[in-house]
Amino acid sequence: MNERVRQLLLQTADDELVLGWRDSEWTGIAPVLEEDVAFSSIAQNEIGHARALYQLLSEDADALAFDRAPAEYRCSPLVELRFVPDWARTIARRVLYEAADELRLAALKESADAAVAGLAAKIDREEAYHRMHAEMWRERLRDEPRYRDAVEELWPYARGLVDEEQRAELASRLELEEVEPVERGTHAGDWPALWDEMTVVRRSVPGAAW
Amino acid sequence: MNEQEFLEYVQGGGQVEVDDWMPDEYRAKLIKFIEMHGNSELMGVLPEREWILRAPTLQRKLALTAKVQDEVGHSQLIYRVVEDLGKPREQCLADLISGKSKFHNVFHYPTKTWGDVGVIAWLVDAAAIISQKALLKCSYAPYARIMKKICWEESFHILHGRDVILTLMNGTAEQRGLVQEALDRWWGPLMQFHGNPIDAKDDPVVQWRIKTQGNEEARQQFLDGYVPQVWELGLTVPDPKLRKSDDGVWEYTEPDWDELKHVVTGHGPRTAERLEFRRISRDETEWVRRVVLAEAA
Amino acid sequence: MIYEVFRRERKGVAFEHAGSLAAPDEAFARAYAHEQYGRRGESVALWVVPRRSILEVEDFVDELNRNYHRVDGYSLKAKLKEARERAGTAAPAADS
Repeated sequence: MNERVRQLLLQTADDELVLGWRDSEWTGIAPVLEEDVAFSSIAQNEIGHARALYQLLSEDADALAFDRAPAEYRCSPLVELRFVPDWARTIARRVLYEAADELRLAALKESADAAVAGLAAKIDREEAYHRMHAEMWRERLRDEPRYRDAVEELWPYARGLVDEEQRAELASRLELEEVEPVERGTHAGDWPALWDEMTVVRRSVPGAAW
Repeated sequence: MNEQEFLEYVQGGGQVEVDDWMPDEYRAKLIKFIEMHGNSELMGVLPEREWILRAPTLQRKLALTAKVQDEVGHSQLIYRVVEDLGKPREQCLADLISGKSKFHNVFHYPTKTWGDVGVIAWLVDAAAIISQKALLKCSYAPYARIMKKICWEESFHILHGRDVILTLMNGTAEQRGLVQEALDRWWGPLMQFHGNPIDAKDDPVVQWRIKTQGNEEARQQFLDGYVPQVWELGLTVPDPKLRKSDDGVWEYTEPDWDELKHVVTGHGPRTAERLEFRRISRDETEWVRRVVLAEAA
Repeated sequence: MIYEVFRRERKGVAFEHAGSLAAPDEAFARAYAHEQYGRRGESVALWVVPRRSILEVEDFVDELNRNYHRVDGYSLKAKLKEARERAGTAAPAADS
């Protein structure tokens, strides 16, 4: 596996891990009980995708997921931002992320590495439900000022999530203007607290089985 | 049918559907009983969801998220049954948050370590499943039917709990310590969970066959099934009097029924904090329900 | 709006009523039913129907015991015994 592909997979895995972590924060407190159940499935799928991607990169997916120092993670600041209990921002992120991720997966599906292409295709099929869910909410919230403001605020982060050559396509699909992107490479202010909580039990007995 | 005939009907195993005539007292007791169950599933989520975020492996994170998801799903099923009986979900949630309605004792207590995660999934869920299996025979059929789905989903919770516990017990001394310490804290609430013993003839909920198992019977079943599991791991139960007598009945230190009453009436260590958390979450998402519920008629 | 959910557990069995859920429209009803009744692969298909579309029929009357078109309206034991005795083919053991 070449280094460029490794980096892309690690970025994708870290995005899915952290977004899944953020989305799982809604478990038990979503606006409506039926939505709580549906949204939790999306969070679980994201963690599952992260796991499958880490497994392509390492024998020990848990070590890769949890044992790095905060600065070593390659996730986009978009997924690190803390939104609970803000549903408008949560949905805006889902909509933007799904569009960006669809483009990213399309590229991975073309990979020369059969394992990568195969996994990307599987993940893409699982995303069908996520895309349907995002579209369903986008349709309902499109005229809600909270939601529109959230999209405008988060769009620069979503642009930074994809490679440069995919940004024009992303803007076109979302019908949004090209703006200055917030690039991957720095972490959001919310990241240290997230990493701390995510790893606190694991760090309590280093090297232990759980 | 009059009230006496209805009583004989349900005591003879008769099933009641949503549109059937039922005595006012039956309907009222039914709503209260089922509502408390729904409240408990929803409040049970709160102590556990913190640990989703702290889960130390991807597998545990997935399993714990799925377990809590099930509990939310159960509350959805349960509140739908209550709503069809005449009390809207919004009213149930408002009464829960205001403290007007109750939820089970165990969900008023704090969680402190990953050991709690294991003990809750292994033993608290086990205690709950014993009651839930008995409810499969509830005279009110819509509730009995959702209990089938609930029991089916609970089956993995216990396995997950036992898996967490066994992994800890096979780990380091510190990890074993987490389990014993959590067990020491949870034993009291677990013994209170099924309620103080009430004679069947004095319990209307049993007379109407809403509940088909007495409190003491449930507790004995729990002890019979799970004390051996605790002891075989080398763990101790913090009750020197706990033993199984020759006639198969478990003897134990009388649980603190005053504590149970105190906690369940809204004075548990975490009651106020958790209800407040629910209230804030609901308030912050009120606009969403307005948007979502503003469907075309 | 309340939607009723029917699930088919596997190919070959009929759809069975599984429960109900609240949703504002069809898209939400589908999405919610999908996870509440299918997240563990427990169903191969679901029917999701607005409750108000369900027509309930339950006023069945049989005051005059119309057992002429039911199995319990036919007791042939005595007639069969008589016929066998006439034909000399009556078996000593009890017949059905």
